[in-house]
Amino acid sequence: MSDETFEPRIVGFLCNWCSYRAADLAGTARIHYAPNVRIIRTMCTGRVDPTFVLKALALGADGVMIAGCHPGECHYLEQNFKALRRYQMLKHTLRALGIEEKRLRLQWASAAEGAQLAAAISEMTETVRRLGPLNWRDNWDEGDRYEQAIESLAREHAEALEVPA
Amino acid sequence: MSEREASPSGKGKLALYWAASCGGCEIAVLGIDDKILQVAEAFDIIFWPCVMDGKVRDVEKVPDKGIDLCLFNGGIRTSEQEYMARLLRRKSKVLVAFGSCAHEGCIPGLANLSSKEEIFQTAYHDTPSTDNPQGVEPQPETKVPEGTLHLPVFYDTLKTLDQTVPVDYYLPGCPPEPERIWDALTAILQGELPPPGSVIGATTTVCEECQRTRHEKKIKEFKRTWQIIPDPDTCLLEQGLICAGIATRAGCGALCPQVNSPCIGCYGPNEGVQDFGACMMSAIASVIDSDDPEEIERIIEQGIPDPVGTFYRFSLAHSLLRRGRLKGSGNGRVPVVADAAVEEG
Repeated sequence: MSDETFEPRIVGFLCNWCSYRAADLAGTARIHYAPNVRIIRTMCTGRVDPTFVLKALALGADGVMIAGCHPGECHYLEQNFKALRRYQMLKHTLRALGIEEKRLRLQWASAAEGAQLAAAISEMTETVRRLGPLNWRDNWDEGDRYEQAIESLAREHAEALEVPA
Repeated sequence: MSEREASPSGKGKLALYWAASCGGCEIAVLGIDDKILQVAEAFDIIFWPCVMDGKVRDVEKVPDKGIDLCLFNGGIRTSEQEYMARLLRRKSKVLVAFGSCAHEGCIPGLANLSSKEEIFQTAYHDTPSTDNPQGVEPQPETKVPEGTLHLPVFYDTLKTLDQTVPVDYYLPGCPPEPERIWDALTAILQGELPPPGSVIGATTTVCEECQRTRHEKKIKEFKRTWQIIPDPDTCLLEQGLICAGIATRAGCGALCPQVNSPCIGCYGPNEGVQDFGACMMSAIASVIDSDDPEEIERIIEQGIPDPVGTFYRFSLAHSLLRRGRLKGSGNGRVPVVADAAVEEG
């Protein structure tokens, strides 16, 4: 995959009450925005377990967006504040693991803010495009690189037995 | 698969092995005290390199599935360890990932924050005790007049046992508590095993075993253990110490909180949890007593200087991301762009 053709894969966790409706609104209003985000609806940003974000990155996402109601407007009172704290905790940990913090974005977007959400998605897509592919699996997947070294052990053990008494 | 050939004594066959680990698990096996004699009554121990003489080639000669039970401790760090894991898997009816290293990578798994080159640089060059004027590093192949010598290949990434071969059961803990080892051995001896793939242990968290009183948690400042002498009766997390008891499987009897020290999570995640650190992050973040992004950031940055060591102390190798990023990752196709450059763009 060369630089020119790299299309970021971004997973978006959008809350049912605000941001998912904002995405709906962006659609019905025919607002153009980057098609790189794969949207998953959650009931609330407070439902977004850090596991979801890590799993998305581990499985090949180049970035993750969490979007929900503005602070103080959460359908479940204050769960978006929990999402905010978890997002900051996640960023802190991802940084320590060498993942650029801009690959994770928390976006507030009310049901009326289709244009803002669309703009945020386009902006994040461009940011992640500049960061390049994450390809996380390549960090640990050694393929069959060591197969020869592993298989040669059985042979060496057999040869070692051939020492004359 | 052919049936196990009955040993002359009619006993089952037991093997124990030690890969990338500290050796504490070997000692923990002896922690069952005189019950070890009951183990010896039930099993012929055919392979236990830490305790008795034995050769790998003898294991190679055992028919497939000829070992009834293999307790394997340690992570997989070299090609030799991977070979032994595959060999013992093939030869064993029941393979148990014994202890935190085999289960989750444990402390050796924290080396997944570094590459092989960085580890070698520290171990063979940088440490003050290193005397290596010629800068020798281990090579997988060395030619000498008599022929070619081989050393195992050292991996960039430590793997857990179940990332290497299929595992039947897990016995968590660093090391597993003797009582839990005995419970597991009894279950195996009596054939009362849980479904394959299970962790043999409790399905609650350390908080359930902890005697401290708990209230609503609201934290303005996280503390390190050296900063306070905690009150012995109140939940340690409420006092600002990051206690992993909330996410850690029970089984130890809350040993650390009993002596005023927070749980560090050696028993691994509770049932159904995929990523221990994610659970910890979720729980710890939600008790932060602030709605202001800047204040939250300050609380996190000041209170948790080492997030990976705090949330993944025992489980980095088994986490969803498995390791820190390697330089030149992404197949080296696109260089890692510094955040600052993107800031400007």
